[in-house]
Amino acid sequence: MIVERKKLNLWERLYLPAIAGGFRVTLRHFFKRKVTMQYPEEKWVVPEGYRGAPYLVRDQDGNTKCVSCQLCEFVCPPKAIKIIPPGPAGRLAERPNAEKMPLEFEINMLRCIFCGFCQEVCPEEAIFLQKDYSLTGTSREEMIYNKEKLLTLGGTVGGVQKWKHKLEEAKEQENFPVKV
Amino acid sequence: MIDWLNNLSDAQQFALFTGVKILAAFAILMTMVAYIVLVERRVCAFMQDRLGPNRVGPFGLLQPAADGIKAFFKEEFTPAHVRKIYFFLAPAIALMPAILNLAVIPFGSKIGNQPMVLANLNVGILYTFGFVSLGVYSIVLAGYAANSKYPFLGGIRSSAQMISYEISMGLSVIPVFMLVGSLNLSDVISYQAHGLFSWLVFKQPLAFAIFLGAAFAETNRTPFDLPEAEQELAGGYNIEYSSIKFALFFMGEYANMILASAMMVTLFFGGWTLPGFGLDQTATTLPGGIAHVAIFLAKVFLFLLLFIWVRWMWPRFRYDQLMDLGWRRFLPLALANIVVTAVVLWMKS
Repeated sequence: MIVERKKLNLWERLYLPAIAGGFRVTLRHFFKRKVTMQYPEEKWVVPEGYRGAPYLVRDQDGNTKCVSCQLCEFVCPPKAIKIIPPGPAGRLAERPNAEKMPLEFEINMLRCIFCGFCQEVCPEEAIFLQKDYSLTGTSREEMIYNKEKLLTLGGTVGGVQKWKHKLEEAKEQENFPVKV
Repeated sequence: MIDWLNNLSDAQQFALFTGVKILAAFAILMTMVAYIVLVERRVCAFMQDRLGPNRVGPFGLLQPAADGIKAFFKEEFTPAHVRKIYFFLAPAIALMPAILNLAVIPFGSKIGNQPMVLANLNVGILYTFGFVSLGVYSIVLAGYAANSKYPFLGGIRSSAQMISYEISMGLSVIPVFMLVGSLNLSDVISYQAHGLFSWLVFKQPLAFAIFLGAAFAETNRTPFDLPEAEQELAGGYNIEYSSIKFALFFMGEYANMILASAMMVTLFFGGWTLPGFGLDQTATTLPGGIAHVAIFLAKVFLFLLLFIWVRWMWPRFRYDQLMDLGWRRFLPLALANIVVTAVVLWMKS
């Protein structure tokens, strides 16, 4: 395709209309509202469902929900999670309806890719990707978060009733291939 | 102190005061270079709906200091393939023409008994043009010394561009001196010290337009910034430079801009005069003298804003358009302007 190039007339060839137009546009933008966000002072609103750092959560009674099943450890693609289970003769869980709890639970935030597989796989709904996106530290060791730190940062996720969810899921399974 | 000053011989006083003036002028020039970079970054940011550097100090006012410290402490890397002597020489030359030209610019009338010009040369404008044309060497040498293709292209472009525009620039100011009857820049200013309409921009608007265009080309500013066209030359003549050597090119560009603005103010906008406030004539009091320097700097600043504004407004000229404009538009116009002015002056006499 050949685009016909428009012949400029003398007035246009003097560049004067273009000059005036340029001054107008730049001046308008000069006084426009600026889009810059002054970051550490102003922060963006983290949207729902954002996948930030994974933290351990407590239930409504303040108990550790994790039962040390190690599913998240196995599923973690970058192998960022390391769980030390209590072992056969180890300490019992501190809460009812649980056999054991992790002796130590570490997430290496330098390795974590925030994929959310741990949250997805967890049968106890004990780990959630939360809204923290700016993790900093001055050493590699500092970026390995231990159980205590993860629980503190994670807080309590109240209102999560895993058996109710499981039941709903199971019911959905019953009529899964939708019968016509 | 005053007694001691009065006891000095004329030569000693001259040396002393000139030394002080040189220091002051140089300090002001360098401060302006530092801050005009900040102004440029802020203005360009505002035109692009951003805020620009505002973190270092209040309103980012200490940003130039931070930039300077960074430039000094960065690794100074000399690539193995460069031509060493020229590689070191080029940045040294970059700042030189601007600083030397500062000597003949009258940046004020008088403070006390001292004329506010470093060297009241009778051939001020010739001196200026002589050193302005040296400015091309830093770029050409940088392009040659780098010994790689993009800087080389930048250097070639720059030499062609500067030579073409220097001719128009030189020819454009000839009518000014025909009117004034002297090549001394102080005389040019005293010629313009009779009200607003004695300013030469109103008597020689065409000469001013050509000089302005040529000044943009001489200082390598957009729309004529072909030697350092980032997009097609990956940075242009200064690619191979780092740390303070790079900063010297950068400073040279801005110092040249300031000097070009100062030349335009002196030649066409009445220098340190301000009509209507009784500030037209040589100052007799100290506040008057300082006011004149302030007026001069304010006028220069306005031109610098124009330089910056234009840079963030227009795209770059294509190379053949640049040559076309220089040789086929500016040059004939400048020549015609000389002839017309000569004829008018001859008719009048």
